[in-house]
Amino acid sequence: MLRDITLGQYYQAESVIHKLDPRVKLIATITFIISLFIVDNIAGYLIAAIFLVCVIRLSRVPFRFMIRGMRTIVFLLLITVVFNLFLTPGEPLVSFWKLTITKEGLRSASFMAVRLVFLIIGSSVMTLTTTPNNLTDGMEKLMNPLKFFKVPVHEVAMMMAIALRFIPVLLEETDKIMKAQIARGADFESGNLIKKAKSLVPLLVPLFISAFRRANDLAMAMEARCYRGGEHRTKMKPLQYKRRDAEAYFVLVCYLAVCIGANVYL
Amino acid sequence: MALILDHVDYVYGGDTELAVHALKDVNLVIPDGQFIGLIGHTGSGKSTLVQHLNGLIKPTGGAIYFNGEDIQDADYDKKKLRSKVGLVFQYPEHQLFEIDVFSDVCFGPKNLGLPRKEVELRAYAALKQVGLEDAFFYQSPFDLSGGQKRRVAIAGVLAMKPDVLILDEPTAGLDPKGRDEILDQIANLHKEMGITVILVSHSMEDVARYVERIIVMNRGSVLYDNVPGEVFKHYRELEQVGLAAPQVTYIMQALRKKGLPVNMEVTTIPEARDEILRVIRA
Repeated sequence: MLRDITLGQYYQAESVIHKLDPRVKLIATITFIISLFIVDNIAGYLIAAIFLVCVIRLSRVPFRFMIRGMRTIVFLLLITVVFNLFLTPGEPLVSFWKLTITKEGLRSASFMAVRLVFLIIGSSVMTLTTTPNNLTDGMEKLMNPLKFFKVPVHEVAMMMAIALRFIPVLLEETDKIMKAQIARGADFESGNLIKKAKSLVPLLVPLFISAFRRANDLAMAMEARCYRGGEHRTKMKPLQYKRRDAEAYFVLVCYLAVCIGANVYL
Repeated sequence: MALILDHVDYVYGGDTELAVHALKDVNLVIPDGQFIGLIGHTGSGKSTLVQHLNGLIKPTGGAIYFNGEDIQDADYDKKKLRSKVGLVFQYPEHQLFEIDVFSDVCFGPKNLGLPRKEVELRAYAALKQVGLEDAFFYQSPFDLSGGQKRRVAIAGVLAMKPDVLILDEPTAGLDPKGRDEILDQIANLHKEMGITVILVSHSMEDVARYVERIIVMNRGSVLYDNVPGEVFKHYRELEQVGLAAPQVTYIMQALRKKGLPVNMEVTTIPEARDEILRVIRA
């Protein structure tokens, strides 16, 4: 029922992308997203597309796994396209009833759509090739300078790791409670909005209770193993840059340069 | 009047490489009024199987008939099926949500659209059937002990007056006393109301005392389906699939090896006592 969510789902495979340091992948994803918003011509998007396709091929993750994440944003995508299409002022192209499609509208709508799609696929590449643990390790390292401003970096990273770890657990729990209540004749599908919202009570109350119970158990287990936050904590596998990470950074810089170049000169 | 499973197949995650064949060609006839133990190792498909029986999972192949009607038919009333085939999940106390015990038990019959009086009568009767005292009726279900919570959850399904009651590991996580109490109560329900009871478990010891028929599942298929005495004769094969026969079977086996011609079909301690006495006196 609820298995469609790809967020935080790791796809096991042997590839260069999988082996990269999570910091590289994080920075690369951010750079890629920024590049999507810098470029504003077709050549730039072509370069971004080529870059993305190369990375996906290298990662050896089947393409349909990337598409899966798209399902959740179909609605957002639709709204963006429709608003951009009809509400951008400019040279009219087609006009019917009260609606006008302008040349600029068409352009910005398609650019927006491409941006959103690339953005989602780009970040799915990261989450699909990096284990949640690695990802939060990378974030912790990258945010380290913030410690200077008294930001509890380790704690934030730990919270994210736990949150990611518990997504599948809570989804499974939801599925189970839902089935148990359906077995007692509950109906989650029919009725109007108010009735539907009301029918969620038998699902949400047990779900919250179970989440709190799990949180309690986890806190106990962590305390029992003497967890006390980031101070003096060492790692079994500390992150270390390797040669391939340097190469990846080089490729990334080249990509960004080409993007900016395409934007300026083409 | 029976549940019939005809070549039922079920595959999880069918379109990915992670597909798991959870049920393979399961054929069963469950007549009315039987007390059945459904036994299997973790992951043998027993929980998947029972979720097919009230239509929570659609089989990927084969058909299921309840009282002669195919439950996959488009116009089949699933809600009615679920009231007739009551399923108590593992750790059912995790599904409690109402402010007091009584309202929680009312949830099931209320969903059937019954009049309020009938709903309350059924809830009261169900709570009495599981042996919960009146004093607890208006307490929050979250203040009860583990065993009491489980009784409330079982009452929640009983209040729908099912013809078939399925309990998925009803004794998981209970202490020996709580376990015996729940199992005795279930046996009483079966005796007094004459309903079909399917007890899902991985412990032979638990079910041997109560059931009249044992279905052993292994890797999604039915391995044995017979009366307990017959099933336990295969104790070596049972061990191979991660199960075990009750201790009584092993004792009788050892006695036979020592030359005492006891009958291997006894399954409970009193039966074993009588059998040993019979052989010694003879």
